[in-house]
Amino acid sequence: MPKRTDLTKILVIGSGPIVIGQAAEFDYSGTQACQSLKEEGYEVILANSNPATIMTDHTFADQVYMEPLTLEFLQKIIRKETPDAILPTLGGQTGLNMAVELSESGILEEFNVELLGTPLDAIQQAEDREKFRALMHEMNQPVPESEIVSTVEQALDFAETIGFPVIVRPAYTMGGAGGGMCDDAAQLKEIARSGLAASPVSQCLIEKNIAGFKEVEYEVMRDGADNKIVVCNMENFDPVGIHTGDSIVVAPSQTLSDREYQMLRNASLEIIQALQIEGGCNVQLALDPDSFQYYIIEVNPRVSRSSALASKATGYPIAKLAAKIAVGMTLDEIKNPVTGTTYACFEPALDYVVTKIPRWPFDKFAKGNRTLGTQMKATGEVMSIGRSFEESLLKGIRSLEGDTEELYLSYAEHMKEEDLNRRLKKADDERIFLIAEALRRGYSIESLHDITGGIDLFFLYKLQRIIQLEKKVAHGEMDGSLLEKVKKTGFSDQQIARLTNREEAEVREWRRSHGIRPVYKMVDTCAGEFESETPYFYSSYEDENEAIPSGNKKVLVIGSGPIRIGQGVEFDYATVHSVLALKEMGYEAIIMNNNPETVSTDFSVSDKLYFEPLSLEDVMNVIDLEQPEGVIVQFGGQTAINLVDGLTKEGVKILGTTMESIDKTEDRDLFEQLLNDLNIPKPGGESVKSAEEAFLAAEKIGYPLVVRPSYVLGGRAMAIVYSNEELSSYLETNASAHNGHPILIDKYMTGMEIEVDAISDGEDVFIPGIMEHIERAGVHSGDSMAVYPTQRLTKELEQQCIDATTKIARDLNMKGLINIQFVVYKGTAYVLEVNPRASRTVPFLSKITGVPMARLATKVLLGKTLKDEGYTLGVAAKPNGVYVKVPVFSFEKLRSVDTTLGPEMKSTGEVIGYDQTLEKALYKGMTSAGLKIPTQGSVLLTVADKDKSEMLDIAKTFFELGFRLFATEGTASVIEEAQIPVEAVGKVGSDQRDVIDLIQQGEVQFVVNTLNKGMRARSDGFRIRREAVEHGLACLTSLDTAKTIVDVINAMSFSARAITPMEGVTG
Amino acid sequence: MKQLVLEDGTVFVGEGFGSERETIGEVVFNTGMSGYQEVISDPSYYGQLITFTYPLIGNYGINRDDFETVNPGVFGVIVKEHCDYPSNFRNEETIDEFLKAKNIPGISDIDTRKLTKIIRQHGTMKAMIASSDRPINEVLSLLEATPLLNDQVKQVSTVKPYVVPGRGERIVLVDFGMKHGILREFTKRDCHVTVVPYHTSAEEILRLKPDGVMLSNGPGDPKDVPEAIQTIRELIGQVPIFGICLGHQLIALASGADTSKMKFGHRGINQPVKDLDTGRTYITSQNHGYAVNLHSLEETELQLSQVSLNDNSVEGLKHKEDPVFSVQYHPESSPGPEDTAHLFDEFLKMIDHHQKNTKEDSQCLSVQI
Repeated sequence: MPKRTDLTKILVIGSGPIVIGQAAEFDYSGTQACQSLKEEGYEVILANSNPATIMTDHTFADQVYMEPLTLEFLQKIIRKETPDAILPTLGGQTGLNMAVELSESGILEEFNVELLGTPLDAIQQAEDREKFRALMHEMNQPVPESEIVSTVEQALDFAETIGFPVIVRPAYTMGGAGGGMCDDAAQLKEIARSGLAASPVSQCLIEKNIAGFKEVEYEVMRDGADNKIVVCNMENFDPVGIHTGDSIVVAPSQTLSDREYQMLRNASLEIIQALQIEGGCNVQLALDPDSFQYYIIEVNPRVSRSSALASKATGYPIAKLAAKIAVGMTLDEIKNPVTGTTYACFEPALDYVVTKIPRWPFDKFAKGNRTLGTQMKATGEVMSIGRSFEESLLKGIRSLEGDTEELYLSYAEHMKEEDLNRRLKKADDERIFLIAEALRRGYSIESLHDITGGIDLFFLYKLQRIIQLEKKVAHGEMDGSLLEKVKKTGFSDQQIARLTNREEAEVREWRRSHGIRPVYKMVDTCAGEFESETPYFYSSYEDENEAIPSGNKKVLVIGSGPIRIGQGVEFDYATVHSVLALKEMGYEAIIMNNNPETVSTDFSVSDKLYFEPLSLEDVMNVIDLEQPEGVIVQFGGQTAINLVDGLTKEGVKILGTTMESIDKTEDRDLFEQLLNDLNIPKPGGESVKSAEEAFLAAEKIGYPLVVRPSYVLGGRAMAIVYSNEELSSYLETNASAHNGHPILIDKYMTGMEIEVDAISDGEDVFIPGIMEHIERAGVHSGDSMAVYPTQRLTKELEQQCIDATTKIARDLNMKGLINIQFVVYKGTAYVLEVNPRASRTVPFLSKITGVPMARLATKVLLGKTLKDEGYTLGVAAKPNGVYVKVPVFSFEKLRSVDTTLGPEMKSTGEVIGYDQTLEKALYKGMTSAGLKIPTQGSVLLTVADKDKSEMLDIAKTFFELGFRLFATEGTASVIEEAQIPVEAVGKVGSDQRDVIDLIQQGEVQFVVNTLNKGMRARSDGFRIRREAVEHGLACLTSLDTAKTIVDVINAMSFSARAITPMEGVTG
Repeated sequence: MKQLVLEDGTVFVGEGFGSERETIGEVVFNTGMSGYQEVISDPSYYGQLITFTYPLIGNYGINRDDFETVNPGVFGVIVKEHCDYPSNFRNEETIDEFLKAKNIPGISDIDTRKLTKIIRQHGTMKAMIASSDRPINEVLSLLEATPLLNDQVKQVSTVKPYVVPGRGERIVLVDFGMKHGILREFTKRDCHVTVVPYHTSAEEILRLKPDGVMLSNGPGDPKDVPEAIQTIRELIGQVPIFGICLGHQLIALASGADTSKMKFGHRGINQPVKDLDTGRTYITSQNHGYAVNLHSLEETELQLSQVSLNDNSVEGLKHKEDPVFSVQYHPESSPGPEDTAHLFDEFLKMIDHHQKNTKEDSQCLSVQI
């Protein structure tokens, strides 16, 4: 059927900020959907509060609303735009939930807006546990024994009848938030409570545990004419029990015979048919490894994270086609965009193995609970493609950018057997490495199968083969044919270097001298059956190379790898824009990246896509083949920056960011020298190598101090210390973090933080915007709220920042983007940090100021001048209004992680708020970030001694706004002294009603808590903060944030005040 | 070490598995990612060397259930990697063990994607899996000296008729190299099936008083079995007929249409076919190197009912007057999607309908008398 002509305007709902369980994959699906609808001539209205995304660029939709994704604001958009239809199925769980809310509010009916894609009934049938179960029973599709509960008691009762362990699955949540596996009543009590709290309808499913079953997923599509296909099936490496987002996943399934494959395929197609979904759908199934018994675990009636993975794994663009189906087109009339000759109604055939490995944030949250279960904890993922499982898996491991490029953790060598067994049994983020360690120690695969709760012997055998080969390499004589064999198996040069006691570069030379180089194979959806033109490649050690380099002038752009804390979708935004600029300039733009969730790995973005690990080895292989004019690293975050040293040594031309500029900004001494030479103020500091030196330095500089190892990535292991005691505790805990590298000790200046993003052509410097942070320096820039244009910065200070930026950029002979952070302290702007690359704020600023920063920077990198491009020097003109960037955290998904804000970044995403005044912009930003801002209620204050006087103002305003104040004793007495009524509550664990009770009983709306003594994770403060998070309360750990919220509430509400005659009038 | 040599002189060096012997056959590729056991045992591959485009073959082993025939007709198996440690609850033996037992040679560790692309570009070719020390020139002259087969059906069809009893409709199944899957679909529906050799005459078939005649799949060129074409010509109009794959092509030839060899055929389980009546597209399992020529249908009593969405080739036919229909693909799946299994129900409905009509006709007839 041709597309519908009765629709002209379509509202697409995005997924909002990046949080665990909902990441860049929805930027990919949303961008595809918008493009796809525009391609068909529809007017596209987009609502998404995430400024870091590509989809919110005005080029992808006709109107972009970066407004909060709440009923209130979406209703406003619908009233204003009066669209004919809304398409919510590409915006993740957020989009779907909004569709339900909008329908229920009646506005869709009122404005005659049609819901496209998935009918409301289907959303409810798939999402509501009870309806889902009823539907499955009706269809004779098996589901695990389960019961819907709405109280903890019901949960306990049911568990008694079916026996432990059980799984708790909250209704209408994403990424399994609030759920989990429970082994006993105590655990169930705890998890059922948080699950009920997490579910917007206070409903949980208590389910029989089928852990140990194989977990298999099917990505299915259906159109309005009943054509149904399976795009891809995938098998989890980890058996049922670990969230699929936290599982290693392989596509296609490896251990299913055709009968099992077809049985599960039939079930999946019946389900999409019964739900009448027009678009994509994801079905998760559990299959008994010992029989044909299977269960349906879950159905996502929308495009999901797995569909992004399936799209990249097969080349079949699910979201793009789902959008076309939503407007009435059918699969048999849409061309397969990969072959260009066949149609979209077919099932992709793979001739390679795809592995997805999650990327977890535990490098940042070392103290977090790393155990994996039914609640997703990964922030992102990598995908890798190989012609064997071993090759695919090992490429995936390399793509993770962990400490090693292989299945090897040096510390595991010394692990006690009982610890090893414990961690093999209870999966955590390092289990795959520990399995490798166990195999090195000679564990049999059968025993590992048992210990790990059922990882399939097929996978374990493959791992064993890798380890056996590893031993052969380590003990045997390495010759050309063994080298070729191990490269075919997927070993990295680094791994071979470790095993043979060589340098990696030596191995590389050796390999090259034997002529062992990879070839590149095409991803074509059809296993070579039809001719394809897709410029989408992966490496393998085989005969035929299909990636024939062209004679064009070309540039390689290095992507940013998996989404992680500190390196999010912003870098993908910059990467994509850089590629678009290169294409505009007539270059062949080549991308290398390994993140399946992103727009940059959509093969239609670049001229050529190499879906590869971003290790030096893999990048050099592509460079050797393609011989690009240069390589752009400045948009790929730290991932790409880390490659500069190696690439430079290999003689590769880096465009822009040079090793010299990196050294000058990252090496402590060189950086000091740079700033001294330019006469730019910086906080005083020293670098020390021992505890003694540290205490001496501390005495000299004076507390408070910022301490960090000299190798800092995204504020990792950085802290502020206020006393010798805290310093010594820091040195103890971080003994391993600095690992021989010096520790940097700087004066901590309590002041406003300013962030400048500039573009330099080596001569001239242009500043698109200067931003001011709400939280004072000390809170990582990625975690603080930022305001544009600056509100408190004086003209003179602004000029100081501009001058310093210009001088630094010139001195570094910087080409492209540069980011500098300042702290304003006693009337002077001190330079805190210089990053010779694109920063996190590029998309935010680009969208607000209209300066296409990444594109402009790319042009500059290739020799254009700012003047050529029509930009004058200095700061760009400021637009009307106020724009704030508000960070978004995923703390509710990460148990045992301290929520307090500090120098180490913790947020996973961001949202934008903009309006005419700062308060309104903040209100929108905070609302978008999911903060509820009640204008009345109660607040709990419990702050550190150093903050008590500062806290008073906040307490006072809360009181004046009609809030009831609760405080812990110390804090309460300060408030009382100031004649403000306050109710004192007991500290944690006291006999009387304590702070935890207060939070648990839902009596307060806000908690203001500041860090008493650093480094003590299990302190009372920690418990307070975690309780607040788990009860969905805003816990403000910075007084600046608290003050801002009070200001916003103040601006949004009115206080009752008795009229008092003005002084002097009655006199 | 073994080598795979194509008649155009391309050489792939790999590792041998399965039987040690050398073999010559027509090299084809199959794009299915699962179902290797069914494919290897599908008699339609008689005389061919199958290349699996999916690189990992043998992962779930060989089980006792999923055979499509007892003795596979395939001449050789070409894979990137065969699994020597399969994992599945039904696993009985490795593919290597199975091929050894059945004396079928295999070659692994070659760039199967490169091979697939060569076949796609040049069409199916003769090829030899040879010992690696045999000189290329010798292999090439052997290839040249070996003619393409033309008696495949004879090789795989049953020698004697046999009965698979049931209480339902009586079906005569003409075995041109039948997959067990077809038989399974009828026994599932409780039919009484008599399987007969490919050269059984129309008279003999009708003597069995069938309610319907099923023409099975089979290997090779339909024009190599003229006796069957004659039989079918005589059966059309006498009894409801359903043809699958080779059976479909034979119906076309019997009706005056023509068939020809395709460049590299359709072999896989992801082939979209559009039903022209309903407008629905189904994903089908296919294995054929010949096809019915679309234009040759013009002067016949057949009409096009289904087409391939990929290349518009003829995928389904039905007779304008008589109860005869056929499909090029495999509604019995095994391996592949079961989306078109309803065709067997339709065949039984057609039989039912035909019987009612005949009854009415004979009643009319008796009234007239």
